[in-house]
Amino acid sequence: MIHAHLDIQLIAIVTAVACALPGVFLVLRRMTLMSDAISHAILPGIVLAFFLTESLSSPLLILAAAGTGVLTVLFVELLQRTKLVKEDAAIGLTFPALFSIGVILISRFAGNVHLDMDAVLLGELAYAPLNRLKVFGYDLGPVALSVMGGILGLNLVFILLFYKELKLVTFDASLAAALGFAPTLLHYGLMTFVSVTVVGAFDAVGSILVVALIAGPPATAYLMTDKLSRMLILSAIIGSVNAVSGYWVAFLFDVSIAGSIATMTLLIFCFIFLVVPNRGLIAIARRHARQKWEFAQTMLVIHLFNHEGLPEAEAESAIEGLHEHLSWDPSFTNQVVRYALHNRCVSQTETQLTLTERGRAVAQQALVE
Amino acid sequence: MQNLSTLIHLDYTLMIVGIGAALLGTVSGALGTYAVLRRQSLLGDAISHAALPGIAIAFLLTGSKTPLILVLGAAIAGWLGTLLIISIVRLTRIKYDSALGIVLSTFFGFGLVLHTLIQRTGNANQAGLDTFLFGQAATILGRDVLTIGILGGIALIIMLVFWKELKLLVFDEGFAASIGFPTRALDVLLTSLLVIAIVLGLQAVGAVLMSAMLVAPAVAARQWTNRLRLMVFLAACFGALAGVSGTVISSTASRIPTGPTIVLCATVVVGFSIAFAPNRGLVWDQIRHRRNRRGLKTATDGLLKQPQQGKK
Repeated sequence: MIHAHLDIQLIAIVTAVACALPGVFLVLRRMTLMSDAISHAILPGIVLAFFLTESLSSPLLILAAAGTGVLTVLFVELLQRTKLVKEDAAIGLTFPALFSIGVILISRFAGNVHLDMDAVLLGELAYAPLNRLKVFGYDLGPVALSVMGGILGLNLVFILLFYKELKLVTFDASLAAALGFAPTLLHYGLMTFVSVTVVGAFDAVGSILVVALIAGPPATAYLMTDKLSRMLILSAIIGSVNAVSGYWVAFLFDVSIAGSIATMTLLIFCFIFLVVPNRGLIAIARRHARQKWEFAQTMLVIHLFNHEGLPEAEAESAIEGLHEHLSWDPSFTNQVVRYALHNRCVSQTETQLTLTERGRAVAQQALVE
Repeated sequence: MQNLSTLIHLDYTLMIVGIGAALLGTVSGALGTYAVLRRQSLLGDAISHAALPGIAIAFLLTGSKTPLILVLGAAIAGWLGTLLIISIVRLTRIKYDSALGIVLSTFFGFGLVLHTLIQRTGNANQAGLDTFLFGQAATILGRDVLTIGILGGIALIIMLVFWKELKLLVFDEGFAASIGFPTRALDVLLTSLLVIAIVLGLQAVGAVLMSAMLVAPAVAARQWTNRLRLMVFLAACFGALAGVSGTVISSTASRIPTGPTIVLCATVVVGFSIAFAPNRGLVWDQIRHRRNRRGLKTATDGLLKQPQQGKK
């Protein structure tokens, strides 16, 4: 039982990291939904390969599916190149059509063989450790682990080898083309790796939840950093956290593991979205509040500054009548005065407000700007 | 001959399913036009997947399988998903596609969690996940057709009432805002109409293929016209055509699921339109290209010959 726990978590982590790494580039290149399209469109490839080999574990299946994935990318681009169809519509046309062909093939010809639609779409991580890789009688762990481990390795090698090129193509495709890198080649290279990753992962988590693994961690990491290298590392970490926490939630409540990993992906994304410094919802709300007080304080010091040293200064800077001069609400005026006192922009004698050095500087600065 | 007579003698079930599919095609075709024009073709995909937890929660709360309650749950969840997408895009630098992807897959995952919870309670009355994913057009009953007709009709009427506003929103949102139209409210209205079309379609074609029902008729219609009025009308017709032909084709042979067949029919209509639509179609494009080339050739030939004649 302990082995099963460990095996499933290992598979989940390896799958999550393998998906998150190419996912970073998809998110940055605004092509996230290509993974959705690929994960659905590979169905006819899998079905045809299944008819040929009559086995669900044949490596030919993965090859055929990956081939169909690249074909999908090609279809979408051909449609787009006619300039009659926009990119989003091209994706929305291609994958349902291919998926439909797959579903019809399955229900028409595979009625009495074991090719379960649920398994294809939803995956089942809980059974993954049962299918073990045996070489000369030695147990080398679950097949899924070695498959996903291999795919993770491939992705790592691809990204490390072409890191510079991928970075350039992602952030400035035209500069990359001008410098003689081949953006199209890299694009198809990346898409091939995405296809292979999706095919490997959908076995474990199903074709719909693959999208959560590909889009979730990179988007979460994108909220936290501006550096590509850091985003890659963070995505891998977040993917692993999602996988492990999702597994334990599923174990506690006895529910679908893949579904629970996806749910954790959403929760962790929302949590980071709330609390991340500078870009989070809380930070945005606090910045708005602070800006409101700062603007009011600036108005106050400018008012004092304008009348400073003039005959009417005494009347204008009396705390009593201040709200009338500034046409503010009295209680709001009191709060602003307190805020300004706290910031040492003004000082208070019994009934009067006078500018401090700092307050004068703030007012002058604001007037110059 | 026998085939023909079976086609003419449409039996009652087939007729009901056909009418349901045609109504669905009409509603989703007309409303999909707006999604396609706003480049939100994949919003339908996200909404239909995001509807799953709503259906599961509606079932958990009420314990009933009444279509109207489940549809309501689906609509609320789909609507919440869309709201989350819009606020992610507005408040962070995450782009539209990633926001769609996250909401689509994680909502669906949460729905899956709830579904396994329902399964564990062993309630025999549970809502099947297969039905949600692929639809079961064959189970459409007379009262479902009535539901589709009434709700779809209301959605279409609202669309017609706000015709001018929606048109402006689609083609020039900035201008609409500048002359005082409440663009955000209109955006929510349009999205709500889409949600209605989608949850109605879930039963017939299922979540995975619902997006195609919104996109395909609209893309096909776009090839034939440059006018919104005609495009909405054509898309509705193409949607109905795909619905009816898909139902009929899938009924002629055993074990051909209806939903995917409807989607393939819609895809064929798109392929035909992209190839043969006047002016825009690829075939006319090729013909024009070739004619231009020939024209250019005769013109340059003439130019090349003239100086030679002059030399003589």
